[in-house]
Amino acid sequence: MPDEVMKPDCGDTPCEGCSRRAFTRIGVGSMALAGAGSAVFGYEFLSPNALYEPSPIVNAGKPDRYPQGSLTPDPQNGIYIVHGPQGIYTLTAVCTHLGCLTAWKPELGIIACPCHGSKFNQDGVKIDGPAPRPLPWLKTSLDDDGNLIVDRSAPLERKEFVRV
Amino acid sequence: MATLTEQIAGLRNSRVWRSVFRGGSGESNLHRSLAVQQNVFLHLASVKIRRRALDFSVTWYLGTLSLGCFLILVVTGILLMLYYHPSVPQAYADMKDLQFVVSAGVFLRNLHRWSAHAMVLLVFAHMFKVFYRGAYRPPREFNWVVGTILLMLTLFLSYTGYLLPWDQLAFWAITVGSNILSAVPVMGAKIRFLILGGNTVNANALLRFYVLHCVILPLVAVLFLAIHFWRIRKDGGLHTGDTATGVNQAEGNAGE
Repeated sequence: MPDEVMKPDCGDTPCEGCSRRAFTRIGVGSMALAGAGSAVFGYEFLSPNALYEPSPIVNAGKPDRYPQGSLTPDPQNGIYIVHGPQGIYTLTAVCTHLGCLTAWKPELGIIACPCHGSKFNQDGVKIDGPAPRPLPWLKTSLDDDGNLIVDRSAPLERKEFVRV
Repeated sequence: MATLTEQIAGLRNSRVWRSVFRGGSGESNLHRSLAVQQNVFLHLASVKIRRRALDFSVTWYLGTLSLGCFLILVVTGILLMLYYHPSVPQAYADMKDLQFVVSAGVFLRNLHRWSAHAMVLLVFAHMFKVFYRGAYRPPREFNWVVGTILLMLTLFLSYTGYLLPWDQLAFWAITVGSNILSAVPVMGAKIRFLILGGNTVNANALLRFYVLHCVILPLVAVLFLAIHFWRIRKDGGLHTGDTATGVNQAEGNAGE
């Protein structure tokens, strides 16, 4: 009979576990759970667990390579090693604006970013341009062999110098 | 000896032809309607449109030209994929090979590049035209939203394609762009990490941008293009400005 509505056969028990409402609730609930699980798995899948990137620790060699009053760019590692009156310190060469590699202009005595024109002095302090922060100083230390070790992942809160 | 017209008519009434094109041939409006309705490619479009909608002045054909650019980009893009490896540093060498070694490589690469530039320009022009003619107004407001999504997809496709030559311009553009992305509140740095697949623009970033550029974004774009064209018909055809409001125009076309 086409007009006859099909009803689930619940026998003598009241139709609770198999009502349309219950079915919808279980169905929507399990799909929401599967969706949330897929989102977590998707996020985990897209986050690499092992990165084959260069180490943030750089061995900059012996301090006597950096004479008093010099600023030595190391564009390969994205750092400047400066030997000022108070000692040696390291600045990042990565602009704080949008991450471009800055360049040392010896004739002007400034650090300049080619992308959007930010300018910094030898202490990393901004002179001009859109950069929101000064160039961070990086943790610099001497290892047991007397080599300068720069940790690019560790910006310093306060100025520190390596005295040689 | 049958004339050419008779031979064509005979062919179009043959069993093989009729098995492909069910509507059959004929001069009636019914036959013409069926020819559109029963074709998977044509059925997105209207069976009937106003003659005025075909005038150059109405649309300047900007939407159609955008689609034309998209089709050129799909064809040339697939051909470029045959010579391009999305790996460091091979990608740059492959790009140079396409310019100087592969026969017609420089033609296909430049066609892809100029079509991409033209498509961005045409999509913007299309939106300006729609805006200044008021074609975004009801009942077409949803199709305007689909259009803005297509604008975003066009820009994402341009941006992801920008990294693939793996030259200085590409590297620094994506460095700057991904740092702009990290300005998103709270989860900006995390989004940047997921998009690049790392902390720097590197091999993972190249591969992710390649997959986005060649697979994910084109598929999403085709989906939204289909919705966009289908909605033109459902919203009463192109806005020609002949009637006082778009609503009247849609009602006049409701029988389609």
